[in-house]
Order: sequence, then structure tokens, then C-alpha cells
Amino acid sequence: MVLAGVSVLVFSLIHLVKGDPVRRALGTRYSQEAYDALRARNGLDLPLVEQYFTWAGRALTGDLGVSFRSGEPVTTLIAERLPATLTLALAAIVLALLIAVPLGTISALRPRSVVDRIATVISQFGISVPDFWLAIVLILVFAGTLGWLPSGGYVPLTENPVEWAQRLILPAIATGVVSGSVLTRFVRSSVLEALGSDHVRTAQAKGLPTRQVFTWHVLRNALLPLVTVTGVQLAYLLSGVVVVEIVFSWPGLGQLALQAVEARDYPVLQGAVLLFALVFLVINLLVDLLYTRIDPRIRQ
Amino acid sequence: MSGSMAGPVLEVDDLRVQLRTPRGTAHVVNGLSYTVGPGETVAVVGESGSGKSVSVLALLGLLPPRVATVTGRALLEGEDLLAMSPERLRQVRGPGAGMVFQDPMTSLNPVLTVGKQIVEGLRAHADVSKEAARRRAAELLAEVGLPDPEGALDRYPHELSGGMRQRVVIAIALSNSPSLLIADEATTALDVTVQAQIIDLVEKLQADHGTGVIWITHDLGVVAGIADRVLVMYGGRCVEDGTVDDVLERPAHPYTRGLLGSLPDLAAPVGPDGELPDLTTVPGLPPAPTDLPTGCVFWPRCPVRGDARCETEQPPLVVVPRGQKGHFGPELPHRAATWCGG
Repeated sequence: MVLAGVSVLVFSLIHLVKGDPVRRALGTRYSQEAYDALRARNGLDLPLVEQYFTWAGRALTGDLGVSFRSGEPVTTLIAERLPATLTLALAAIVLALLIAVPLGTISALRPRSVVDRIATVISQFGISVPDFWLAIVLILVFAGTLGWLPSGGYVPLTENPVEWAQRLILPAIATGVVSGSVLTRFVRSSVLEALGSDHVRTAQAKGLPTRQVFTWHVLRNALLPLVTVTGVQLAYLLSGVVVVEIVFSWPGLGQLALQAVEARDYPVLQGAVLLFALVFLVINLLVDLLYTRIDPRIRQ
Repeated sequence: MSGSMAGPVLEVDDLRVQLRTPRGTAHVVNGLSYTVGPGETVAVVGESGSGKSVSVLALLGLLPPRVATVTGRALLEGEDLLAMSPERLRQVRGPGAGMVFQDPMTSLNPVLTVGKQIVEGLRAHADVSKEAARRRAAELLAEVGLPDPEGALDRYPHELSGGMRQRVVIAIALSNSPSLLIADEATTALDVTVQAQIIDLVEKLQADHGTGVIWITHDLGVVAGIADRVLVMYGGRCVEDGTVDDVLERPAHPYTRGLLGSLPDLAAPVGPDGELPDLTTVPGLPPAPTDLPTGCVFWPRCPVRGDARCETEQPPLVVVPRGQKGHFGPELPHRAATWCGG
């Protein structure tokens, strides 16, 4: 349902945008015959509604059409780009969790302490700062001035693990810091809430060691809702890394989508946006399923 | 009843608790002293905010240390709870004193099974295998009257009713055979029939194990049913204590009289038009613990104040002159802190 709605929206929006893909594809000098032929070949001369149903019908069978620009199937283009985006998003979310869980927990355990205040400032900064700005600063400092890391590009893990990691670090930081900051705030309030709950007092009253109270009755309860928020963040990262991918010349879906916009390459753009929507839905579904497994209150 | 041979289970002497709040220091408990004998039930009654719960949470070190300052002495079987190392205090929580809290809907961890929550308490104090602890947990659940105790071990709290959950909390509190059981409004959140069952259960377990019980409540009906002695708290102080009969039948403090007067009396005669007699109320609000009155804590609300010392001098707890029917020994005096008794 949602996906159908998204597909209509995507389709309409893209076709509302000014600019003629055929003219783009042909360059500046072309004949009217060539123009008409290309238009007809891509079905652009048909009424919009008909175009939509043709496209949507094919999309249901997994055929997203071919790129106006390169003539390659859209699914192939997306499949080529997916690993890079997945790698970046997963690295960013892992990094975000590595920051958020310890920092948020320490903040909650010592509210209004120096550590808490510093963590608050850092996460406030992380939430406010635009990721592309952070990306540029990171490149300037670590790739430029210090020269420790490459400024961009992507190498598959299978080709060269060391270079893969080196090239992954900066974009992962640039994307992960924002999520990490959001999650830090979340972990802090979640742990604080758990600390104040009645069952923690019960656990203390039965004489459990502090560490056990913390692991089983505070952290465990506090981190359950983190699953949901992490899922949302991951979905956001997968579809939201466009700008960072461009800054780091990261050959992912974001870059593909942007190139498609510039070229008015409708099939590719439609395919990419549809995939983003699909990813969002699938991750939310997975999170819900996972949650029913880990939270006994929802499990039936 | 209080055993005169053995010493008291708990001896609280001049307990004071101050909490730092944004509105200043709150003097929540101000010099509370009482004892609980083996097998004895002491009811602590008073309005919300009178310091009842805080006074017992302070005993077990369950108040947030950053906020609370606790002074005084509280000997549990001769050992001062307030002077213990954190590790010793941890060892005492459970085998020394078990605690049942007000709201069974929130006092159990929602994401752990009932069995796990009992077993971890057992294993925190005794070197027993998981299997042995599990068997013991099932026995405990059977003892507190949970149907299908074996099956209940693998249930989660949300799968049980409020009354059943409170039984589980009681099972946890009793799992290490404490010499003192503290029930903090343990039946307040339950409906009346379940309340009666829980009270029966605690009385039975108390009779079986000889546990001393502190029963915190604002329900005077519960007090009459369960307590041997009553301690009436107001503004963080004990304003009256004595046997249930003395305090409920012959209240000496104007506040206690006000509390008792606010209960409907089913035996009272009905008016000519079928009207029930009006309930009396205690006018005003309890004092803010950040701003306690000097003198008698109750004087701003007191209907009978008239002594010159009411506003300036704090009345000490003194023995109330006993009527000829006083049948308890001198170890159970009836005391009240007021200038306006009699």
C-alpha cells in the first residue's frame, strides 16, 4: 500500500520537474526524427497515466526499465551501487552505537556531571552540524593537512581489506556522528528512565550486586527501545547518505540518484527512490519482527 | 506479639532524613524512634508526604545517595544499618530485611520471567545451583499461593494479575527468610478482596517464620486488622504510638483523632431523614517538608490548639495516662506528642 503510494508520488514528482530527458540525452545538436524516435522508444510520448501503469506493472515483476543515459537496466545499476551504500550505512550505524551506548549510559549514571555536560555539548553539536560540512572538515583535516587517510573513493572489501577500511573511516564518521548524537540522547534518557523505575528498587532491595542490577534491570530494559530507534536511523542512513556520498565520491545509491536527477534519467531516479522507500519499509518491518522476539510484552 | 525474651528485630533511634530538592532542603523524617519485636507487626500510618515510605527506604539505603542525607541509628538484629559498608548492606537486603512495594504493576521487571527474578535474589545470597534455586522459587510461589507455581516460573509479570504479581513480590521479599519484612503500602493498589488475601498471607507467613513486620499504610482498616502496634506519623515525626487498641480506641493526639474521625462509622446512628452523619475532615494540608512549622508540627491545622507552647515548642512524646482497662505491660506504653492531649 505504502509502496504503491510512494510509487505514484515519485512518478508524479519526477514528471513535474522541468527539463526534457530526451533533449538531455541527445545533446545540443539533433534532428527532430531522432528526438521523436528516442521519445517513442522510451514511451515518453504516451499519456502520463499510461506511462505510470506501464512502469508500475513492470516494477512489480522486478523490471525497473532501462536508463535513458546508458541503456543499462536500472536493476543492474542499483545492484552495482547497493554494496557501497550498505557498507557505508552499516559502518555508520555501528560507529553511532559505539559512541551512543557508552556515552549515553555514562551521562545517565552521572547526570549533570562534567562528563554528562561534555556529552551533551558534543551530541548537541553532532545533531546540529550538517553532515556535508563535517565531511568537508574531515577531508581537510585528515586527508589534507594530516594526510593520514584518502579523501574519497571506494574499494570493495574483497579486493583490498586495508584500503577498504581506510576509505571507509571518514565517510562513516561523517554520517555516523549525526546518528550517534541522536542515539546518545536517546540512550541517556532511556537509561535515566530505567534507573528511576520501581523494579530497579526491587532489584536493589533483594540484595543484588550493583553490577547485576545495572546489567539486568537497567541496561537491558533501557536498550530494548534502542532497537527501534536504531532501525529508524539505519533506514534514514541508507536513504540519506546522498550528500556525504557525493563529497567522498562514494559510488553508492545517493550518487546514482543525484546523477539521475541531473540527467533527467527518469527510470533510474524512480528506481532509486522506490528502493529507498522499500528499504525504509523493510527495515521497519524487520525492527517490528525483532522487537516481538526480544520484548516479552509484545510476544504472544 | 512481642517476645520479651529475644531482643527487638529492629531498633530505630532518632532517624532523620533530609532530601535536597530544588526548593531547598526537605526535612522529611525528623527524629523517628521505634522498635519492632520478633513476630510483631508495627503499622506506620499517616498521610501522603508524612515521611512513612522515606523512613523505611532510608533504613535499607534505597534513597538516592546524591539527594538524601540519613542520620541516626537503626539496629537490625544489633547491627547498625546506617553505618554499614555498601557491600554489607547488600548482604543484609534480602536475608536481613525483605521489602514489598506499593505497586505490583511496576515493582517487577517487565522483561524478565518471574522465575529469573526470584532465582537471582536467591543466588545473590546463597551459593546454590540454578536448578536448586529454581526448585526453591517454585516452593516459594506455592507458599504464597500462586496456582501452578512451576508454570508461573516461566511467565512474565504482564501475564499475571495485580494480586498474583504482589504474591510474587512477597515471594521475592521472603525468599531469603528475612527477620524483618517491610510492606510499603503493599495492598494499596489492590482491590479489597485481594487486599484481604494478601494480609492473610502475610499474617500466616509471619506466624510460620516469626518475622517482624513494618506495615506502612494510610488505611486504618488495614491497621486494625493486622497490627500489634501503631505509629502515627505527621510531618516526619511520630506524633503518637501505642497498641492498636490504645491508639484506635483512645487516640490522644488531635491529629490521630482527626484521622479516625474521617472514617465512616458503620455503627453510627442514621439521621431522621436517612442521612448519614457527616465525616469530619482535618482542615488544611500537611506541612511542606521544606518549611516545617516551629513548635508542634500539627499546630497550623490543629482544631484544639490553645497551649502557649504549641507554636514555639515541640512537644515530646510522653506516656498518655492510662485508663483502668490498660492490659498491656509497661513495655508497650501509649505515647503522644502534643500539648493538647487528654
